[in-house]
Amino acid sequence: MLNRIWFWLLLIGVCYAPAKAIVAPVLGIDLATVSPETGEVVPPPSIADMGKEVTTAAIDGAKAAVDLCLSLIGPMVLWLGVMQVAKDAGLVDGLAYLMRPLMRWLFPEVPNGHPAQGAMLMNISANMLNLGNASTSFGLKAMQGLQELNTTEETATNSMATFLAINTSSVTIIPFTIIGLRAAAGSEDPAGPLFGIFLATLCSTCIAVLAVRTLSKLPAFTATAPAPPNAAALATNEEGA
Amino acid sequence: METFLLISETLSQWMIPLVILGVALAAKYRDVPMYESFVTGAKEGFNVVVMIIPYLVAILFVIKVFLASGLFEDVRWMAARGLGSIGLEAAAESLELMPLALTRPLSGGAAQGVFVDLIQPKENGGRFGPDSYIGNTASLMMGSTETTFYVLSVYFGSIGIKRFRHTLPACLIADAAGLCAALFFGWLLFT
Repeated sequence: MLNRIWFWLLLIGVCYAPAKAIVAPVLGIDLATVSPETGEVVPPPSIADMGKEVTTAAIDGAKAAVDLCLSLIGPMVLWLGVMQVAKDAGLVDGLAYLMRPLMRWLFPEVPNGHPAQGAMLMNISANMLNLGNASTSFGLKAMQGLQELNTTEETATNSMATFLAINTSSVTIIPFTIIGLRAAAGSEDPAGPLFGIFLATLCSTCIAVLAVRTLSKLPAFTATAPAPPNAAALATNEEGA
Repeated sequence: METFLLISETLSQWMIPLVILGVALAAKYRDVPMYESFVTGAKEGFNVVVMIIPYLVAILFVIKVFLASGLFEDVRWMAARGLGSIGLEAAAESLELMPLALTRPLSGGAAQGVFVDLIQPKENGGRFGPDSYIGNTASLMMGSTETTFYVLSVYFGSIGIKRFRHTLPACLIADAAGLCAALFFGWLLFT
């Protein structure tokens, strides 16, 4: 799926602008735009300029990705350290114990007391409080835990899909970034949408869980599902926990 | 309102120190050797991030190229023309939210740019302002959706998963649900 999406994004990205420049005159459409500030007519960019723009975009994208990763290293190391301390203090297991029934229902493949359970809960909590980098660190840790339970190398398990669906639709209690941006724009009521965001994310999380469960039962996806982890290994794991 | 803002601002600034302090206090209470345990946990951080780089470059570069093509602006322009020609100019206003809805799953930075542009107040040359229907609904949309492609490539990249199975459709359905919910609550609460 991603292979196809990747190809089409690339194809459209490279070909759309030049194709438009060639087809539009044939159809008799004028591509010149009127600049809103000066009222002057701006001619459409030349095909050479378009090439330049696509090149810049490609290089910028690659650079931005690496910059992003580099800027993630510091917070990542910090939060994984904090998480280890929280774990050794028994906080993570305490949280996992409280949420056990919910986690059992959402992630039947993850045995109680498995490290992935605690890390997923930390990630969801950090998401609710809008802790940005912290939630990424906990989330990646959770993915490592889920990968331990994966019987294949490169295929996503149902637990991973459920976790990511919950993650991308996460219930937000305090969206600090949005409040900040609205305050910066001079809003009279920067926190106005807070309740609306809570309701909307609640809806989207419910639908995410519903969607991921329904999709996982479709024949096309059950056929590719990794085999469940070895029952004997699970049993020893639970005894250990 | 003033006091609420002040509390929210203060809380947002103190959230991270307080969380870390809370963890340290609990560790102290349980007599955990925290320095050692911090270092043990932190060791893994570097490798995980380096592992993500190729996955993230692959996805971000192709998304940048796609956004640079200008397809989104043309789709919005055509949809606005279409709605205008059948006499639905009022609905055409909501189309101003479309670039935000479409860029959000692809790129957090680009979506934030679109969002800030939508909530610019009129006196700063903006078109809607943060407290307008569009500004408020855009805030709901920002809050209720995620940069799905980025999250999936980072999370799966960190453990080397290449076949996502039903994850992407499920996440996109969740995003679409978030957007619809945002539009609905925006209409309910702000018109």
